[in-house]
Amino acid sequence: MPSLDQLLQYLFSGLTLGAIYALIALALVMTYNITGILNMAQGEFVALGALTACSLYTAGLPALLCFFLAVLVTAAVGGLVERLAINPARDASPLSLIIITIGVSISLRGLALLIWGTDPHSLPAFTRGGPLQVLGAAVNTQSLWIFGLVVVTVAGLFAFMERTYWGKAVRACVVNRTAARLMGINPYLLSFLAFIASGAMGAAAGIFITPVTLATYDMGFMLGLKGFVAAVLGGINNIGGAIVGGFLLGLLEIFGAGLVSSGFKDAVAMIVLIAVLLVRPEGILGMVTGRKV
Amino acid sequence: MKSALAVIFGLVFLALPFFVKSNYFLSIFIVIGIYTLVVEGLGILMGYAGQVSFGQAAFFGIGGYAVAILTTRFHWGTVTALVAAMVLPAVVAALIGRPTLKLREVYLALATLAFGLLVHTFFNEGRELTGGPSGMTGIPYLAFGDLVFNRDFKFFYLVWALVLLVFLGVRNLGRSRVGRAMRAIRESELAAEANGIDTSLIKLQAFIFSAFLAGLAGGVYAYYVTFISPSPFGFHMSIQFVLMAVIGGLGTIWGPVLGVGLVVALSEVLKWLIPKLLPSAGGEYQIVFFGIILILVMIFKPEGLSHGWRRKAPAAEEGAGRLKATAT
Repeated sequence: MPSLDQLLQYLFSGLTLGAIYALIALALVMTYNITGILNMAQGEFVALGALTACSLYTAGLPALLCFFLAVLVTAAVGGLVERLAINPARDASPLSLIIITIGVSISLRGLALLIWGTDPHSLPAFTRGGPLQVLGAAVNTQSLWIFGLVVVTVAGLFAFMERTYWGKAVRACVVNRTAARLMGINPYLLSFLAFIASGAMGAAAGIFITPVTLATYDMGFMLGLKGFVAAVLGGINNIGGAIVGGFLLGLLEIFGAGLVSSGFKDAVAMIVLIAVLLVRPEGILGMVTGRKV
Repeated sequence: MKSALAVIFGLVFLALPFFVKSNYFLSIFIVIGIYTLVVEGLGILMGYAGQVSFGQAAFFGIGGYAVAILTTRFHWGTVTALVAAMVLPAVVAALIGRPTLKLREVYLALATLAFGLLVHTFFNEGRELTGGPSGMTGIPYLAFGDLVFNRDFKFFYLVWALVLLVFLGVRNLGRSRVGRAMRAIRESELAAEANGIDTSLIKLQAFIFSAFLAGLAGGVYAYYVTFISPSPFGFHMSIQFVLMAVIGGLGTIWGPVLGVGLVVALSEVLKWLIPKLLPSAGGEYQIVFFGIILILVMIFKPEGLSHGWRRKAPAAEEGAGRLKATAT
């Protein structure tokens, strides 16, 4: 049986990991509810943002500028993907659209491999200084930055949804896309914006974890997948669910790896996904809709 | 006329090992045959029954590992091990199929994907049984009595004989009551159910059949390379199978061969071409092209390439509606 401070250590690591999953799940849930597309390339946005920031930083740019430029670049890639790959196939079935986003994900990963190679890239931690001691467990200062990012993103998203016209349009689209269209809301424009926003959110998440995990061209696949698990776990039509699902998955993974075996860390997420899909496909906080999934 | 062409084509194909002396080309044809077995099964599942599986490489792997483990660790006969390689994935599919196939569209895609990754993790981590990441060596050659498949040209005939059998089976299935029921489910599950079709049973049968074929292919693959490791059975292979099925065209007999042939040929050409164009590139950079092709096919020809030259107008229309029809 592990000691108390070891358990506490797991708790902090799990929450950090969970914060990242929550961010990715948030972007996925947003895109899914606006467009009906499960974006399998979301993880690739994370990798792209992180790697771009690494390159800019190595080129000698100030850290803050690197962050904003990398987010902008990835947001542009997100928009480009929507215009080039998603929009031309807007009338296709959800299954065709998933296959298209898988194609996007494969292409972006290959592109990242061509540009950045297989070596891991790194960024320095945002603040200097050793880890903080909390009740005998070490908390990385970068973890605090990641929590901060989650809080800011959620607050920003909330303000956008509740306070702006476009936020209202998005909410209308989530409730009923056809009705929203009849009210003069352009779903294709919203879909475009959703991909730009998920590119930006993915990039921000990628840059914030790079000091902890390093950035590689293939980091996106697993992160994107974990984002899905988190989104499904929390309930795919629920923004709050994405956050709860993300933290829950992070904790499950770290405790599973710490208490059972680290080799099966990725399997934990898959088991959770299958279990949720079979037992409660609408997720923990999901609304029960009439439509079967 | 058409059948005469087919016969001539078949004869030329069968004579291939006599004038293709290069083992490289022969091995490519063998690989195409093996993948075709998997993709025919996936084609039944996707093109006929309208369900998707992003975990087909798992069944392929279970078949391969069944042969590897049973022959080397338990000293089973090679033929009985091959039978086990077909039965085991089918049993697994039967067990997971019922709850999984209740899910629709994106949820089914995610569940099968998760299943594939789970099985792949097991191949990597179940060291005592699977040999872990470094895999297992020393798989014996497949032998029917005195006939030992220890040379590439023998394997060529074995694999393509199996493909031919599967062709005939798929053709007959397409014309049977079950095949019609599958197509009805693809067009509208609700309408199929209203017409008295046991949709969950038919979907399960399609799933089991696809797992059975993938397992057969995996077993043959293990006997062909006589070595097994987890890497060919991961997510990218599952995606590649879907890619092959979609590019070739769903709901046809020839689509899978066409899709597999194109993807394998393209992958070999790129392996040769890219180092000349971009000498610094390393790794699986050719996936860029697969991604782009997948996107282009899904945008411009979602019914697949084999629908192109035959029965143009009605086939294209019907085919285009195919993936769409599963949406509603």
